[in-house]
Amino acid sequence: MSIFAEATATAFSLIINANADLLEIIGLSMKVSLSALLIACILGLPIGALLGTFDFAFKNTVKGILTALMGMPPVVVGLIVYLHLSRSGLFGALELLYTPTAMIIAQVILITPIIAVLSSQILEDLHEEYRDLFISLVVPPPNALLTYLIEARYSLLTVILAGFGRAISEVGAVMIVGGNIDHLTRVMTTAIALETSKGELALALALGLILLILALFVNFAAQQAKSLLSVQRYGG
Amino acid sequence: MCTLLPITIDKLTLTAGQKTLLNNISLNITSSGILVIMGPNGAGKSLFMRCLHGLSQPDSGRILFAGDEINQTHRKSQALIFQKPVLLKRSVRQNLEFVRNLHRTDNVASIELALRNVGLSKLASQPANQLSGGERQRLALARALMMRPQMLFLDEACANLDPASVSNIEEVLRQACKDGQKIILITHDIAQAKRLADEVIFLHHGALCEHTPARVFFQSPKSQAARAYLDGQILV
Repeated sequence: MSIFAEATATAFSLIINANADLLEIIGLSMKVSLSALLIACILGLPIGALLGTFDFAFKNTVKGILTALMGMPPVVVGLIVYLHLSRSGLFGALELLYTPTAMIIAQVILITPIIAVLSSQILEDLHEEYRDLFISLVVPPPNALLTYLIEARYSLLTVILAGFGRAISEVGAVMIVGGNIDHLTRVMTTAIALETSKGELALALALGLILLILALFVNFAAQQAKSLLSVQRYGG
Repeated sequence: MCTLLPITIDKLTLTAGQKTLLNNISLNITSSGILVIMGPNGAGKSLFMRCLHGLSQPDSGRILFAGDEINQTHRKSQALIFQKPVLLKRSVRQNLEFVRNLHRTDNVASIELALRNVGLSKLASQPANQLSGGERQRLALARALMMRPQMLFLDEACANLDPASVSNIEEVLRQACKDGQKIILITHDIAQAKRLADEVIFLHHGALCEHTPARVFFQSPKSQAARAYLDGQILV
């Protein structure tokens, strides 16, 4: 049997048998990535709105820095977070190293720039389109900002999914700050890396397939929610 | 009765680099009714209207509404309809609800009345971005009139519309005028200007060439540029 066929069979076997270890890993992966995504949205969307709709000094510099941070290697982020959370680091007293919280922190740092920069571009285009209308209608700035976010909801959903994709597929940073500890910080990507290093290629590939299915499921659910919202909004 | 009158425009000048876009325009608009702004492409009509509505700032000169500089209260008493209507990506009704919610404390007209006035009652739950050009422009008109503005600006709002849509809009404008609203309209359609105008402003190269009653303007224009324009000659 080819390794791909073996991997597929293993993947289905793991899913059908509801392997407890696998479910635990999937659960932790989702918990870490969705928590990081939520925090990154809370931080990134207002930053994006600020960059997209307001003019202020050094705006282009801030945008340039955030754009550069979008491509920051995860291992570098992992290393920086590790240095700050290690016993001798600035936040060592919090004892967060090798915990899911440390993994969430690393992922927040990785995906916040993505959400901020991509949302700022979308909101900037909207601002360009609506600026004169909103001045004419005397729309207060907070209302205008809220309206931009509502108008751009579908495009922003795509941005959020991009952030989720980056978070769920990330391995370098969570490996460094989480340590890939069984039943504590092991997530899908670190488990795949571990099984690959042990030579269990079929199992590693099977986990990869499950990760892919998981990502597809989340994207599909988001698309369905988007269609449903659209239908509800216009009454069919 | 429009309390924003008279409008006093004093030495209004606006430049872009070496080019003078509005050149030392001074006039008084004292009477109610429909004022039509005419002139060839690039004459500065839209820019002049933007200055009146406070969307563009002149380099020098001033505009006074009933003796006061333009402020938020003035702007709330005005509405502008753009050549390309800017609508929110929502249903027809929700576009009007947006204005109603913004100016809840003001004396806004009911959504049903606004829709009925422009013949869009049956399309209330349609997404605004699925409307035809004429329907979009009528929705923009309904939105503007919902605010019960004392002064309504229309920047080539009937360009590219079919005769039925133009007729509907003109009817609504005449009624608004009867209700005491001041209408200031830019058009290239000489027949429409003859149908609607009580007085005419003619601009050429950013300068004011004529400000006369409509009957005088169409029967015996004083300036060479206006005569050439009405004769259908290309002005350079």
